[in-house]
Amino acid sequence: MTMTDPIPSCDDHRPAPDLETRPVIVEVRNVNKAYLRGSHIIPVLQEISFDIREGEFLALMGPSGSGKSTLLNLIAGIDKVDSGTIVIGGVDITALGETELAHWRATNVGFIFQFYNLIPVLTAFENVDLPLQLTGLSRSERRDHVEMALRVVNLSHRMDHYPAQLSGGEQQRVAIARAVVTDPAIIVADEPTGDLDRASAKEIMSLMCRLSSESGKTIIMVTHDPKAAEAAQVIRNLDKGSLNNAHS
Amino acid sequence: MRTLKLLIRNAFRHKLRTGLTILGITIAILAFGMLRTMVSAWYAGVEASSANRLVIRNSISLIFPLPLAYKDKIRQVSGVNLISWGNWFGGVYIEEKNFFPNFAVEPNSYLALYPEYVIPDLQRTMFLNDRKGAVAGRKIAEKFGWKVGDTVTLRGTIFPGNWEFVIRGIYKGRDRSVDETQFFFHWDYLNETMRKTAPLRADQVGFYMIGIANPNLAGEVSTTIDRTFKNSLAETLTETEKAFQMSFVSMTEAILIAIQFVSIVIIVIIMAVVANTMAMTARERIGEYAVFKTLGFGGRFIARLIFGESLFISLLGTAIGIGLTFPVAEAFHDYLGTYFPIFFVEQRTVYLDIAAGFMVGLVAAIFPTWRAVKIRIADGLRRIG
Repeated sequence: MTMTDPIPSCDDHRPAPDLETRPVIVEVRNVNKAYLRGSHIIPVLQEISFDIREGEFLALMGPSGSGKSTLLNLIAGIDKVDSGTIVIGGVDITALGETELAHWRATNVGFIFQFYNLIPVLTAFENVDLPLQLTGLSRSERRDHVEMALRVVNLSHRMDHYPAQLSGGEQQRVAIARAVVTDPAIIVADEPTGDLDRASAKEIMSLMCRLSSESGKTIIMVTHDPKAAEAAQVIRNLDKGSLNNAHS
Repeated sequence: MRTLKLLIRNAFRHKLRTGLTILGITIAILAFGMLRTMVSAWYAGVEASSANRLVIRNSISLIFPLPLAYKDKIRQVSGVNLISWGNWFGGVYIEEKNFFPNFAVEPNSYLALYPEYVIPDLQRTMFLNDRKGAVAGRKIAEKFGWKVGDTVTLRGTIFPGNWEFVIRGIYKGRDRSVDETQFFFHWDYLNETMRKTAPLRADQVGFYMIGIANPNLAGEVSTTIDRTFKNSLAETLTETEKAFQMSFVSMTEAILIAIQFVSIVIIVIIMAVVANTMAMTARERIGEYAVFKTLGFGGRFIARLIFGESLFISLLGTAIGIGLTFPVAEAFHDYLGTYFPIFFVEQRTVYLDIAAGFMVGLVAAIFPTWRAVKIRIADGLRRIG
């Protein structure tokens, strides 16, 4: 296996033809974001506007510092815009307070991080169970959900293992199970293959393709890797805080 | 969420660090408990004193005697229903280090005034009928292996000579606040010997002890007695037994204040140590807290995790510290029982230990919690990797 091996695309599953006819789930309008570094204001995003449709698998690409992770964080509701609006499923998340936003995230967004971000003292089962703690599900219902999510990522046999006892790829699969266990409307993934070898990266991208095609999840993925981006239905490039183009 | 399970697992992620922190808290609580017990031991005489007893002594100083003849006038004062008298004997058993308090007392009235000294009836009768008889406290009898019927010789320091006594009774305290290291014998035995060897010192008493029916009349009775002997050669100072005991304690008050101050300093130091541990812990886990927040958990959950872990570590150390305080206090008492005849861990000390443990746990978690709750999720996530 070499770095040039292609990551499998979602061609077999991609419902590209009807994408344009699907309703918009994410509306980003005139979003601006800047950071204060000492006395300097550093603009990160400038007048960003675009839509994401239901079931779309979008890859956000761009060089380091282009603002793609910031944009992902804004869409996921873990950061605040300076100006502009982000409407997701009819809810203007830029108008929500901290507590409402936390509740909204728990219900609507699944997160996949570059470094998996599993809680080391919890088993795979307990990590996946974590988001369900915030729902009103009973213990047995939660167990059913967790077992199903772990089955989807093919890790049922490792549910009692701690993250340290799992490989990087397995940890990321647990993270994916954690992201989908609450059946969120959108999944955000920040460099999901960035810390993995090619074989594990392939597995993860394959899983994400299945989530997109079979479960109809809307996926927004930030990546540096053009090969990984090829798995997406839509690719958007960010450069110096502005969107350049989009292609499917 | 199984918050308890999570915070306990978190607590033992760095076993060495947590272990050392718990050890520090244990030692601090042990030291705190011992110092508080020492302070309590100092006040034991005050605490054990009765509101129904008054002490009359020479107004100049305790070392100056009062005439025996005062007893009849004192007895006539309204409100007085019992009177006894005695002298501090200051005898030494074999060598100086074997110190214990010993008194010559008028036995009938003295035992009536001190019902907390529990003596079997037969021993009491034997003691009252034997002029050379003496009664020893249980602890002092155990320490020197004395049994009823044994002859004990004390070397007098205030009243010179070798004084022989026969142990006729061994008393036990009615409760554990009663000093069981005292030794007392017939005042008549002392006085008769003084008449023969030092007539000028005969018929003189070191103190009168009186019993009053109504503690509310203590002030009035005291004033009346002191007024009775005003302008005499030996003016009196009458005070409650508690005030009398306090006069001894107050001589060493500066030491007591220093001990109490040190006990508080120990808690403050361990508070800083635990706060440092919790700050390090929270700093290391700031990314995890950001993940929890990302998943929708609120600041209260993060606060519960940090406060819970801090309290868990602190209270575990406190529990071990309290557990160790009892045997250590026991060992301390065995070793230095002569100086601290009443030395036991009071319930109040245990409550103070628990309160200190709680305070350490709570205070140590405030800053790390504030920091973890306030940090922006995006900043927290950036710390990972």
